Order: sequence, then structure tokens, then C-alpha cells
Amino acid sequence: MKMVVVMMIMMVMAMVSEANMIEQTCKETPDFNLCVSLLDSDPRGSSADTSGLALILVDKIKGLATKTLKEINTLYKKRPELKQALDECSRRYNTILKADVPEAIEAISKGVPKFGEDGVIDAGVEAAVCEGDFKGKSPLTSLTKSMQKVSNVARAIVRMLL
Amino acid sequence: MASSDALLPISAREEDPLVSDGSRSDPNAETHRRKRPVKGLLAVSFGLLFIAFYVVLIATHHGSSRSNDVKIESDETATTTSRARLAGVSEKSNDQLWKLSGERNTVSFAWNNSVLSWQRTAFHFQPEQNWMNDPNGPLFYKGWYHFFYQYNPNAAVWGDIVWGHAVSKDLIHWVHLPIAMVADQWYDANGVWTGSATFLDDGSLVMLYTGSTDKSVQVQNLAYPEDLNDPLLLKWVKYSGNPVLVPPPGILPKDFRDPTTAWKTSDGKWRITIGSKINKTGISLVYDTIDFKTYEKHDTLLHKVPNTGMWECVDFYPVSKTAVNGLDTSVNGPNVKHIVKASMDDTRFDHYAVGTYFDSNGTWIPDDPTIDVGMSASLRYDYGKFYASKTFYDQNKGRRILWSWIGESDSEAADVQKGWSSLQGIPRTVVLDTKTGKNLIQWPVEEIKSLRLSSKQFDMEVGPGSVVPVDVDSAAQLDIEAEFEIKKESLDKILGDSSVVAEAEEFSCQKSGGASVRGALGPFGFSVLADKSLSEQTPVYFYLAKGKDSKLKTFFCTDTSRSTFANDVVKPIYGSAVPVLKGEKLTMRILVDHSIVEGFAQGGRTCITSRVYPTKAIYGAAKLFVFNNAIDATVTASFKVWQMNSAFIHPYSEEAVRALSST
Repeated sequence: MKMVVVMMIMMVMAMVSEANMIEQTCKETPDFNLCVSLLDSDPRGSSADTSGLALILVDKIKGLATKTLKEINTLYKKRPELKQALDECSRRYNTILKADVPEAIEAISKGVPKFGEDGVIDAGVEAAVCEGDFKGKSPLTSLTKSMQKVSNVARAIVRMLL
Repeated sequence: MASSDALLPISAREEDPLVSDGSRSDPNAETHRRKRPVKGLLAVSFGLLFIAFYVVLIATHHGSSRSNDVKIESDETATTTSRARLAGVSEKSNDQLWKLSGERNTVSFAWNNSVLSWQRTAFHFQPEQNWMNDPNGPLFYKGWYHFFYQYNPNAAVWGDIVWGHAVSKDLIHWVHLPIAMVADQWYDANGVWTGSATFLDDGSLVMLYTGSTDKSVQVQNLAYPEDLNDPLLLKWVKYSGNPVLVPPPGILPKDFRDPTTAWKTSDGKWRITIGSKINKTGISLVYDTIDFKTYEKHDTLLHKVPNTGMWECVDFYPVSKTAVNGLDTSVNGPNVKHIVKASMDDTRFDHYAVGTYFDSNGTWIPDDPTIDVGMSASLRYDYGKFYASKTFYDQNKGRRILWSWIGESDSEAADVQKGWSSLQGIPRTVVLDTKTGKNLIQWPVEEIKSLRLSSKQFDMEVGPGSVVPVDVDSAAQLDIEAEFEIKKESLDKILGDSSVVAEAEEFSCQKSGGASVRGALGPFGFSVLADKSLSEQTPVYFYLAKGKDSKLKTFFCTDTSRSTFANDVVKPIYGSAVPVLKGEKLTMRILVDHSIVEGFAQGGRTCITSRVYPTKAIYGAAKLFVFNNAIDATVTASFKVWQMNSAFIHPYSEEAVRALSST
């Protein structure tokens, strides 16, 4: 009986200490709330080290890029007049998915985080470029701004690995 | 990284768990429990548990958004106080990518193939396509200069790294060869990373390189040519007993890479050094070996500098105090100083320091500890885009030659679209500056002159506030050698004028605002890759600042802030002070090769490499200007401009290799 109780307490302690790990890490990023919400919402967040947290954020970048590309595809039909800008955005977001994310995953996992930093920074740049293409009338603003925010947080965490 | 402070007992806490910083031990609850009977113990435990769960609930859900979509507040000015800045080390220049560089334009530039293909260089080393980074194992053997490099055969970004290979007779005209080493062993399955070559006493050679194992541990491996009779060194064999070195106790498995060329110790052993870090202190480990297979690790380090972070690509070599030739890595003696150089992972700067090596215990101390390796004021080979550099001793011509990885400053989308990323700088000779004794001098290898075609000589006075077009036809492939002098009357007037503020102490190229900001004695120099209307331009220039004691301090800068309309490109202003000795004229050399500009001041005392990506100043529209933006001073400029031929770097082909093998 005592063992069960002790085990339960230890489990709780682990949860609390991991919650602290996420907090401590997120405090050093430019957007604490966003950082915590991204890491908490991921089941891997509860047992990750800094590398692991960085990889979770890269995964969020990947998910957000995929979602944005889907939105771009629906916009081709809804807003055909925006084709040129949508083409450029498509190119930019495909870069995030096919170049930035794999580069970041490989670099972070293998312990050369500076290339991971390049990848996550670039995700933010590509999103900003896509946004700029609409000359102020972007239908993707909330998605591109999200990407820039996530990129900022991811970069701060990758920095901690250097 | 979980703090054990976070553990006990949560019930003792009154304050908000998110705000508290982890000091929570409350021994009272412990002793309490021991004295109670079992039922009471159970009740207390469950009570604790409930409170614990409740608290955890708050802790993990505080701040999470109510909806699945992440809610973003508009906070464009958020910047990260990175660890680098907190540690007192300068922020890496990549920071500029945080915000789009777009003051001059609101719409982003969509790269097209014409603009992108212009960016490829004519006479700088680069593979036919895809990504390259660190130079590896450069050497001269049986009539050929060999160059190996970190290469991704699959993409225009870093990854899947193998060793690319090329050869040249003159360090300028290259022939690409097949990949030298791939990731085919467990000890380099995750990457065949950077390494260096050592020539043995019998003239054979070995390569030491870092492998990232199948478990992503960084280890050192030995490899050697399969056939020493093959001057092209096409095939390499990995030692069956690899790895020869694994991370030692106290060193993390991902902080152990980039072994140097070995040098002979006075008791006939070979010695190498490998960069690493302990917490935030950059260090260089020392190992001795006789056969490159088994090693003795020194207890002491070659050197260490606190707060500099991980030391990558450490380089260690002797320079002569008196002569201008290079020295074999094993040379030592009273007329010799030793250079320790490291690439700083935190800042992406290469730093070096001049110092003294003690062979008896394998340690080194800098001549000037205030500019020790990696400190923000310490010397750099190059004040622009320049990293992971490596020297080798060229026994063919008795020189020490420096290679360096020059990355891109554009977006990865552009790299993917154009299909390649990164260059190597033009190889430079490296010697100690015998006039100052405190810094190195670098200069493009002599062989580059073989690319010079037609030239034109110009001698002119450039008045204050003028920009003069230089009539040279094509302006994307140039070699410029120039001498500048401020007219004595202007100098005397300004130095004597007490209303002219002494700004030398505060001035820096980076914070100056660039070449458009006019000062009393500068800026003046050249604007390269400029279009006719100067809407795009890259000024490379001197700026003389008056010092407190009426002395002059000379700065050499490159301003890429207006180099392109594209806004997905990093456009920094680079530069540094450059020593100008009494009686010296101001001299500048510039190599322009499409998207790379390399500037050398005072014969190579201060060097700046930049990457630029003009959208208009390309092909026939690229022009050259000389300018003087000083407020009052007139400058005389005497310069020669050569058109530069292409180096026609040969793509890999079996026929070419066969032809070479038979020569």
C-alpha cells in the first residue's frame, strides 16, 4: 500500500518537475505563453530534454506549414485573383516542409544545433515573405504570423543547445 | 534538466507554483507522516495526492489557449536575449533574419531563374549543385592540390553529410572527383564530418575525421588512401579499428569534433587537438599518439577561454616571426609564434590569437589575454561571412594556405530554387604581420592572377560627396587593386579643427549606418555590383575617424544594406578597424565574383567577405563606381581594375578523371 502511494507521489512529482522544465525553458523564449501551450499540448513534452523540446517545436512548425499549404490550396479556388502570390507562398511553405524541417530535425538530433537554428529561423523568414507578397491584403495573416511566432520560440530553444 | 528542488511537498506551498522558483523543501510533513497510524497515513497521502494533482493541473494548463488554434498577440518587436548575449559574447549576425529586411520595399522579390543563375560564381570553389559547408583535409600530394568538403548529395540545405572531393594544379582551376567518403559504417552512419590530414615521416598520409555514430555520438576516426600511387587519391579506406577516439569523461557526446592536423613533439610523438566545451567554456583537448590508432589524452588542455561556448574547427599552427614563408605544422623554435584558432558555435565567427606554445606540456598562452580566442574583441580572419576555416601547409610552395566556408545570406527557398548553397573563399596565404607582430596577414593566392584578363588603370581626384562611374565594361568578375590618399590639406584642416568631434572610440562599421552616412574623413572607396542609378550597390570602403589625441583610426567596411531589393536576404554592414602604420598609404583589394565580394585592406590586415544578391545590378547592368562621401575632404584614388576570367571548374566525369590519371 505504502509502495503504491509512494509511486503515485513520485509520478506526481515527475509531472510537476517536467512542468517546471517546460516553464524554465519557456521563460527564456520571447513568448512564454505560446511556448508553454505548444509544449504542454504535446504528449512528448512531459519527458523531453531541451533537445526533445526543440524537436517538438520543429514538429509544430511542420504541422503549421502543412496546414498553411492546405489553406493555400483552397484559396486558389476561392480567390483566383491571388494566384501569383499564392504560388510564391506555396514555394515558400514547401521550402519549410521539405528543407527547413528535415534540416532542423537532423541537426538537433545529431548535436549540431546551429544548422537547426538556420532551419527554424528560415521558417519564419519564408512565412514573412509569403505574407508580404499580398501587399497588405493577405488572407493568410493569422497563419503566417503564427509561423513567425513559433519560429521565434523554436529558435530561442535551439540556441540553448549551442 | 529537471530540478530536484521541484519535488517536495506541494501541500506546503501557499504561493502560485508558476511563480515560485523551486525552493520547496518542507521536512515537517515527512516527520508528521511517520508518527501517524496507518489509516491516518492513508488519508494524508490521498490528501497530498489530491492537492498534488490539482496543482499539476494548474501548472500544466496555465497559459494554454482555450482553442486549438494558437492565439498570437501582436508583438513584432520581441527579441530573444540569447545565451550568447547573456554570456557577453556578441550576438550572431544571423539575428538580422528575425525581421525581413524591407525598409526600401514593401513587396517581396520573387526570385526567377535568370536572377538566380547569375549568382553562381565564376572562379570560386563550389560543387556543381547542392549544399557544402566546412573545408576538410586540404593537402598537396604528388602534384595535385586536394580539397575535400562537407557535402550534402541530396539537398541544398545541410544534411546527409559526406566528403566531397576535388583536385587542382593551382588552387584555382578545379576538377570535381567522386565522393571520397560516405556514411557507411556504424561509427559515421549519421555523418562523415570534418577532419584534417597529416603527412607521416615516410611521405604517406592519414586522415582523422569526426564521425557521428549510429547513436549520434561524436567520435574520431582514422582513414587513409587506398592506393598511395594514385595521385588523385580517389579511394579511401577506413581503419578497421575505428573509432580511435571517443568522448572522454567529462565531455558530452555531442561536444567532440573536428580533429586537427597532427604535429611532431620534441620526443617524436604526434600530437593533435580537438575542440570542445565544458559548460560555457570553450576548450581544446590534447592527445598524443605514435600510430594514430591509440592515443594518450593530456590532463591539461591546449587552452580554454570562459564564456566562449563550443569551439568548432580548432586550428593550431606555427608562423614565422621573421620570414614570409609558411611553416610546416611541426616546426617550432625561437623564431616562431603559434596561432590558436577556433570557430565559435555561438556567434558563427572565426577567431584567432597569436601566442606561445609549450611543447613540454602541450599548452599555449596568448600574447594578449585581453583579446584571447573567442572574446568579442579578439581578432578574426575575416569580419564578414566566413566560418569553419582551416589551414594547411603547402609543401609545394612553402606556404600556409587558408580555406573557409562562405555560406549563403539568402533564404533557403532561394537556395532550393537555385539548387545550391555555399562557396569556399578564394584560398589565402597566411603569415604573421612582421611589422605589427600582433596579427596575421592574408592574401589571395598568387595563382589567382592567372585569371586576370584585360585591365585599366585609373588615377583621379574624388571630391567630397561625389560618385564616379568607372568605365570597365563588365563588372561582375573583377580584381581591383587600389591606393587612396586623403589630400594633406584636408587632413590637416580636419585634425586641427576642434569642432570636428573625435569619434574613433565609438565608431564601428556595424553601427555607423553604412556608407551613406557622411563623416569628416570618409567613407570613401568603391561601390561594386551597382546599377547605373545606384538603386542597388555594395560599397566597400575606408572610414577614417578622428581620435581623442588627434590621431586617426582607420576602419574598413562593407555595406550590404542596399545591395539588393530582395527582402528575404540578410544585409549586414561588416567591418573592423585596420592598423595603418606610419608612412603607409591606404590600400584596398577587392575580388568581385557575382554573389561574393572579398575585400582586403592594408595588404590583408583586415579582410571582409560578403554575399550579395542584386536583382537589378546583374549581367550587363552591373557597374562599378568609386565614391567619396566625406563632407569636406578630397581623396586621390589610384587603382587598376582587371576583368577576371572564369576558372571553368570541371564537373565530374569519368573521362576527365581517366585523362587526369594518365598525366
